[in-house]
Amino acid sequence: MKKLLLGNEAVARGLYEAGCRVVSSYPGTPSTEITEYAAEYKEIYAEWAPNEKVAAEVAIGAAIAGARSFCGMKHVGLNVAADPLYTASYTGINGGMVIAVADDPGMHSSQNEQDSRHHAIAAKLPMLEPSDSQECRDFALLAYTLSEQYDTPVIIRLSTRVSHSRSLVQTGERVDVPVKEYKKDPGKYVMMPAMAIKRHAVVEQRMKALTEWAESNAQINRVMGNENAKIGIITSGVSYQYAKEALGENACYLKLDMINPLPVKKIREFAARFETVYVVEELDGIIEAHCKANGVNVIGKELFGNLGELSQRIVAEKILGKINETEQFGEDLPGRPPVLCPGCPHRGIFYVLKKLKLTVSGDIGCYTLGALPPLGALDACVCMGASVSMLHGMNKARGDEFAAGAVAVIGDSTFIHSGVTGLIDIAYNRGVSTVLILDNSITGMTGHQQNPTTGYDIHGDPTAAVNLEALCKACGIPRVRVVDPAQLSETEKAVKEELAAKEPSVIIVRRPCALLKSVKHAPPLHADKEACTGCKACMRIGCPAISIKDKKAVIDPAQCVGCGVCVQMCKFGAIKRGDAQ
Amino acid sequence: MKKELNVIIVGVGGQGTLLASRLLGNALISSGYDIKVSEVHGMSQRGGSVVTYVRAGKEVASPIIERGGADIMLAFEPLEAARWLSYLKKGGRIIVNTGKIDPMPVITGASEYPEGIIEKLAGKNIDLTVTDALSLAKEAGSVKAVNVVLMGILATGTDIPLEVWEQSVNETVPERFLELNLKAFRMGYEQ
Repeated sequence: MKKLLLGNEAVARGLYEAGCRVVSSYPGTPSTEITEYAAEYKEIYAEWAPNEKVAAEVAIGAAIAGARSFCGMKHVGLNVAADPLYTASYTGINGGMVIAVADDPGMHSSQNEQDSRHHAIAAKLPMLEPSDSQECRDFALLAYTLSEQYDTPVIIRLSTRVSHSRSLVQTGERVDVPVKEYKKDPGKYVMMPAMAIKRHAVVEQRMKALTEWAESNAQINRVMGNENAKIGIITSGVSYQYAKEALGENACYLKLDMINPLPVKKIREFAARFETVYVVEELDGIIEAHCKANGVNVIGKELFGNLGELSQRIVAEKILGKINETEQFGEDLPGRPPVLCPGCPHRGIFYVLKKLKLTVSGDIGCYTLGALPPLGALDACVCMGASVSMLHGMNKARGDEFAAGAVAVIGDSTFIHSGVTGLIDIAYNRGVSTVLILDNSITGMTGHQQNPTTGYDIHGDPTAAVNLEALCKACGIPRVRVVDPAQLSETEKAVKEELAAKEPSVIIVRRPCALLKSVKHAPPLHADKEACTGCKACMRIGCPAISIKDKKAVIDPAQCVGCGVCVQMCKFGAIKRGDAQ
Repeated sequence: MKKELNVIIVGVGGQGTLLASRLLGNALISSGYDIKVSEVHGMSQRGGSVVTYVRAGKEVASPIIERGGADIMLAFEPLEAARWLSYLKKGGRIIVNTGKIDPMPVITGASEYPEGIIEKLAGKNIDLTVTDALSLAKEAGSVKAVNVVLMGILATGTDIPLEVWEQSVNETVPERFLELNLKAFRMGYEQ
């Protein structure tokens, strides 16, 4: 019987069936669930690594040692993992190795919209692109076959709509693939110039062989739809589904299942059969450029552009000129941006930072939401770990006076990912920066994954925990202290003192995420109508549980978790514990 | 059995729209449809505007629903109903829960929550059902069952039999909340 699986769940199913033994990943939307589902199979060793580079290296090591291995990441994670991956392309593998990378066109949950296909081309690695959950499972199996047949890591490229859509999947049984024999082979695995020069030639040969396979294999790069249509569509991934939905039998499709290397003959032969040929692809015009470079006349980005997601509507509008008429509400509506949850430990610290009018170098996580009104505390946010090193750069550029009014904020998981190296830079190069580690005891935004600071592994079993205080001291930071962000005046005092110090310092701002099951909430608070003067001071912390009705503060008991930050905002003692009368 | 059914579920992150889409998906599979469900994970789940698409047919290609493509809209919150209205087909069915949730721009006073959304919706070319799902959920035993109450109301307009829906509730919710959710579903269904 077919099962309704999330794309990511189907990738995990494919890994399981293919006999994968070792999985190491760092969470990142929209890729996270692959590893969470893989961890549910007892035959697979699965772990959260501190970052994507480590994860990729674990998978490379496992593959060289003879096991089928996997690592998964979001598009920007592939940048972190790029270093080992580009050279693993040279070493090749022993047991099969598969990498899944999930792009986020439309940036539902990301800081950029990069197209990971560029990495496959640059690293000279084969890349498969599924268009639904069935193909997620099937291509995971195919990827291991290709990996071992051509001695190469294989990338599976996903996108948000494939990763986070559910569709029906025909599953199979697991094949038990034994760990292959490991033989010392420095010519293949020790990449120093003499060996790497030889291996580069092997990589180029491999790409030629893979191109041949892409040209001749009937299983992939399939022609589907109406062969007598006037329109030919060259496409891949979820864009194929949009084109099929919009055009149906009005077109014939060349669906490119393998997007690196791309076939040439197959594309030429397909294109020659149609009056007009369109390339339908999201983000960059990679297939289009390939077609044009090989003398195939196609229409692509001039019609579709390279911003955001495509959809069946866009394809129908651009190719058929068809526009759907719909009901409109016909009014400007207030937006609904994401917010820090009621009881979020980040609320208190961002209130303090804003109150002190500090420059705040930000980072990637739930706390990036501290950039939004009314807290509006962040000045910059670029990538994982950048808050710490960017603050150091700002302070070196503008001097100590500026440094006395600037901090970095970074989460516990992000600090371990790549913030700690920035902190070492600060200590080593005589910086005076003040770094705030917002330790909420979990990796929050991606949906509560454990990390090396929490003391639990991917299965929730107890394990060694990084001691952040000791780690910061060991990096050479002389001043390390801990505060509870729910205590506003104490937190403010700590920030002021550390900024005044002419030495680098770390404040560990520690309070667990309010959504953790282990966190016990206090009873909801209420605002006393008599005592409330309607001054709106409590609104400055941007808590979604507090609103103003008839010029008085009202606290929604269904949302309030009793954290008490608002109590400290009220000069009139109007916010009280216990039920409203 | 209808040829195809496209349902858009809109609300605020944390309201339980994902569970509702799974419940609907399971019922549609049991009825013999091919289906695709597209969800939102990550940042918008933190109290932002969220949308889930559920598509059923003989063979579904795209996982998303576009403007003018939904046969039914299930709106967990009035402002979200207004925001996503253009996704509904003309004459399409819309079920709106009356419970308002102020978005942050309203909380901070930067904008006002629009007045009279329900009245304005009633003037559109749509088949409107308005419901106070929170009261029904409370009656069923938990404020958290709003999503299942709303699914019960949605179920009445489909040709899927009640047994199939109840089996789907059974497959979707944790066992210890089964009785509560079945009660909530029935309360919606009998509205």
